[in-house]
Amino acid sequence: MRKSVLPVLTVVAAIFVIWYAAAVWLNAAWAYDRAARAGVELSFSELVADTWSQDKPKLPAPHQVAVELWDTTVDKKITSKRSLVYHSWVTLSATLLGFALGTVLGIGLAIGIVYNRVMDMSVMPWVIASQTIPILAIAPMIIVVLNAVGISGLLPKAIISMYLSFFPVVVGMVKGLRSPGVMQLDQMKTWNASANQTFWKLRLPSSMPYLFTSMKVAMAASLVGAIVGELPTGAVAGLGARLLAGSYYGQTIQIWSALLMAAALAAVMVALIGAIQRVTLKRMGMAE
Amino acid sequence: MSWILAGLAAWLVGWWSNVMLARLPKSRATGLAVPVIIGLTIIVMWECFVRGLEVSSVILPPPTAIAARFAESTSILWEDFVQTVIKGALTGYVLGCGAAFLTAIAVDRFPFLQRGLLPVGNFVAALPIIGMAPILVMWFGFDWQSKAAVVVVMVFFPMLVNTVQGLQASDRMQRDLMRTYASSYWQTLFKLRLPAAMPFIFNGLKIATTLALIGAIVAEFFGSPIRGMGFRISTSVGQLALDLVWAEIVVAAIVGSAFYGGVALLEKAVTFWHPSQRGRA
Repeated sequence: MRKSVLPVLTVVAAIFVIWYAAAVWLNAAWAYDRAARAGVELSFSELVADTWSQDKPKLPAPHQVAVELWDTTVDKKITSKRSLVYHSWVTLSATLLGFALGTVLGIGLAIGIVYNRVMDMSVMPWVIASQTIPILAIAPMIIVVLNAVGISGLLPKAIISMYLSFFPVVVGMVKGLRSPGVMQLDQMKTWNASANQTFWKLRLPSSMPYLFTSMKVAMAASLVGAIVGELPTGAVAGLGARLLAGSYYGQTIQIWSALLMAAALAAVMVALIGAIQRVTLKRMGMAE
Repeated sequence: MSWILAGLAAWLVGWWSNVMLARLPKSRATGLAVPVIIGLTIIVMWECFVRGLEVSSVILPPPTAIAARFAESTSILWEDFVQTVIKGALTGYVLGCGAAFLTAIAVDRFPFLQRGLLPVGNFVAALPIIGMAPILVMWFGFDWQSKAAVVVVMVFFPMLVNTVQGLQASDRMQRDLMRTYASSYWQTLFKLRLPAAMPFIFNGLKIATTLALIGAIVAEFFGSPIRGMGFRISTSVGQLALDLVWAEIVVAAIVGSAFYGGVALLEKAVTFWHPSQRGRA
């Protein structure tokens, strides 16, 4: 682990260098244009300074995004509509609800698939087929239709998140619940364990590593679902709405700050699941 | 009322026949028939309940109406298909996967880069990259180029991570054997390491198929010329022409399944030696 710290830092530093260089390159046209109209020659250092501090740059420099992030998270009241924390919470609540629903649905389906032959044969192919359909494309329709029925707010977004997040859980849990070998299952039989006991004491515990791995994937997918679910609601609230509003008004700094916020949310949530995974597996004596 | 009864009857027939089929010894035919029956049952029930409960077509059109609309507007659907799938998704898919593949081979030569890029790549692959769409639409304009760019960004990291992992899949013994044959770097790459990496590469390619379609369609929500599947879906929802939306969804589903299936078939042909493929035959 420690061995990879330096390489990772190098790569991250390289990304920042490329980012700054790209900001100069992409924003130069506008800077030259303005300088030509003002009738001044730009020296290289002036050019760089200008490209890193434009109002609506094609690509904002990292420090501009950082300033915007600071302004909209720390300097604004959390209840304010301009606060990124407020928007993040709107997105996060939909993400978490969708994730919870998706995980429950996924585990339920997986149990059905493992214990019921009819379900195994009939549901599993459709679970896989369901993911080749680009659900995100249907997001606007789901939102509008549910709105017409009178359901609005959190639930429609959560449903999209659920649809995206149940799949990894089903696949992972089916694998996990089937992971105990014949030997272990036979052992349970010799102890005269009922189906219930086999499930609670053998199958469920041995599926835990699979569950956590798929929950990480599901959480990332769920966040994407919530963000895309916010696009068609006409940019009311949430990170997706910030993206859309930013793209309407050319506020690139706002887009990038929303994007980085979403990235941070994803990273924190996945890390949180990872932490729970470590603690749980350790208590169960399964940690490597 | 009779429609609802018919729907319930269809459900019972579908259920019963599946239970019967599941009792038969598992074969290719039953494995195919059971999911098909489920699908047909759902469509018949959908039709019956929508008609029986008189659900407004603004909320959920019946399948027959969708089919009729599909047949009627094939020219629109074809135009959208070319714009979104061929120009947007496919171009982006080829460029993105190709670039990721070449990057992976370059990265593989430097263990230092590899150790740095893999965690970063894994991290980026988990991010909501779809959020880049508005930025890329701003950079590359409304036409298909921006959609292809979104697809490139979306498929790049999953593909990169999978290929880099795949290139490490050949074990030490095999590489040592190649050394004893005095094979050059490129010979080892082409004769041992790339073939050994194929299961991983195809895993990445398969993940990328769904991402490519999603990326191309969602990018159109941020601005597009007046054709394309994402454009049609978002405007038709606004006009409450849900049958057209569903027709687009059918196209998307068919394209998504065909794309995935095509890559899976290719995988079967290329990695016939891998245990996961041999076991299935």
